[in-house]
Amino acid sequence: MPGNSMLTNHKYIAFETILIKEIRRFTRIWLQTLVPPAITIGLYFLIFGNLIGGRIGQMGGFDYVDFIVPGLIMMAVIQNAYANVSSSFFSNKFQRCIEEILVSPVPNYIILLGFVAGGMARGVAVGLIVTAMSFFFTSLHIEHVFLTLLVVLLTSMVFSLAGFINALYANTFDDISIIPTFVLTPLIYLGGVFYSIELLPTFGQWISALNPVLYMVNTFRYGILGTSDVNILWALFMLGVFSAGLFGVALYLLRKGTGLRQ
Amino acid sequence: MQSISPKNAISIRGLTKTYANGFQALKGIDLDVKENDFFALLGPNGAGKSTIIGIISTLVRASSGAIQVFGQDVATHVYETKLSLGIVPQEINFSQFEKVGDIVITQAGYYGLRGDLAKQRAEKYLRKLDLWEKRDNRSRMLSGGMKRRLMIARALVHEPRLLILDEPTAGVDIELRRSMWEFLQELNRNGTTIILTTHYLEEAESLCRNIAIINQGQIVENTSMRKLLDKLARQTLVFDTCDELESAPTFNDPDILCTTIDSHSFEISLSTSRDINGIYAALSEQGILIRGMRNKTNRLEELFLSSLKN
Ligand SMILES: Nc1ncnc2c1ncn2[C@@H]1O[C@H](COP(=O)(O)OP(=O)(O)OP(=O)(O)O)[C@@H](O)[C@H]1O
Ligand SMILES: [Mg+2]
Repeated sequence: MPGNSMLTNHKYIAFETILIKEIRRFTRIWLQTLVPPAITIGLYFLIFGNLIGGRIGQMGGFDYVDFIVPGLIMMAVIQNAYANVSSSFFSNKFQRCIEEILVSPVPNYIILLGFVAGGMARGVAVGLIVTAMSFFFTSLHIEHVFLTLLVVLLTSMVFSLAGFINALYANTFDDISIIPTFVLTPLIYLGGVFYSIELLPTFGQWISALNPVLYMVNTFRYGILGTSDVNILWALFMLGVFSAGLFGVALYLLRKGTGLRQ
Repeated sequence: MQSISPKNAISIRGLTKTYANGFQALKGIDLDVKENDFFALLGPNGAGKSTIIGIISTLVRASSGAIQVFGQDVATHVYETKLSLGIVPQEINFSQFEKVGDIVITQAGYYGLRGDLAKQRAEKYLRKLDLWEKRDNRSRMLSGGMKRRLMIARALVHEPRLLILDEPTAGVDIELRRSMWEFLQELNRNGTTIILTTHYLEEAESLCRNIAIINQGQIVENTSMRKLLDKLARQTLVFDTCDELESAPTFNDPDILCTTIDSHSFEISLSTSRDINGIYAALSEQGILIRGMRNKTNRLEELFLSSLKN
């Protein structure tokens, strides 16, 4: 008989079970989860990269299309990691099937890790689809493969965690679309996806420095192009801090039972 | 406070619950259910039955009080107590988009079972609950009764020692209800402690050995089914006659009260301790031919109502 905590092996099985369920969900509804980002980002590639990009010329020392491709891939990763966890976890709450896990011995941090890994899987899947599509518009080669992967994983983790917290507080489906509309989209659009922050006045650069998306986009761009607006080590450190902070908040809320236990 | 016996599957002491809106749903519940018991929790709508089950399963947080499952505190021995607990909730709570088989296999995963073992368990319980043919259907395509059975299969996949069912037979047809009863009885014979809530009093009467009645967040009766039934002092019998009644039958026994219902029927109320042969003799003497007879109300129902009154 095991002691008063779940065996490590059992915890791993529980984690894997949640992850598989999450992957099964977003691949089952691929028309809602995998196709839309491919279409939107494809249109961005076409319009900003090819049609308008030629007129813009250079940005940050690169052709405009090459400059925005990494930013757009990152945008897709962020939006999809967030959306996956917020809508899946909220729909689990809404349909009450979250109770299946809550009555079981699965510890809170495994629940959190399982859903976050599911969001990361969707973020990475969409990232790969969009990267593959970018080959139709430009031919990038990746300068620093390991760094690029690391940034994608960390970024999708940060936004999966944020989506999880959003879903914990959400009571209606509206509550999981408010944050993406009013917070996420502005952060992404002002986070250096479309322009180099060198274009901004000093004050604008300071404000931008508070935007976590800036670090993600720039580190990712550095991984691919080898150039960045920000210090890479500092950016990685910030990503680590954001992940740890959000993880702590999500775990605290889970322990408290916010939005889950009456 | 009584001391807690280790032979109890569940022991509840001083349990109270005040919901966030200030409503006090439980006002100090003490309850013991013995290992291997088949226990009924009865009470009208809103009595607090689901609240108790919610607290046992950790979906609802207690305001005060303690719960032990097989002698271990649910607050401190989370893993072990949850492992020995299977819950069948009152409301449907599985994903409408998942396949029946996946729902059960996934649940097994939460208990550390996977691969072939998870599949075998899922198959075993889906077959027992007559859902194996439906394993590849999306759960929303099941009928209401099938959905309830799916929740039972799901609750059993980790083979818990204590199974708690919150109105398992609501919306299940009579034939299926009987087969569900047999299934639960077999489970109980094989050593699983079972607690159920129900509004079908007949169900409690035919399945359960012990019973607690709860009303407005308090236990008003906690005894064995046998003793409870013995407590019921009087029963009412309804007689249908072959011919039109010319006058109400008369009995020269003050314990027997008779009232006519209509021209072809009347009812008689008498102590449960008495035999009813004398009534037939008296009716024959008066030339009244009886076509049929039945118990007016479910005995347990009467008892239930009388428990609630005091
Ligand atoms: N989340 C909640 N917030 C406030 N009050 C609640 C909540 N859940 C239940 N209650 C109240 O607590 C009381 C007990 O409810 P509970 O669901 O435990 O009753 P029950 O005995 O299971 O009833 P039923 O037989 O109808 O299922 C009811 O008055 C109910 O309105
Ligand atoms: Mg109830």
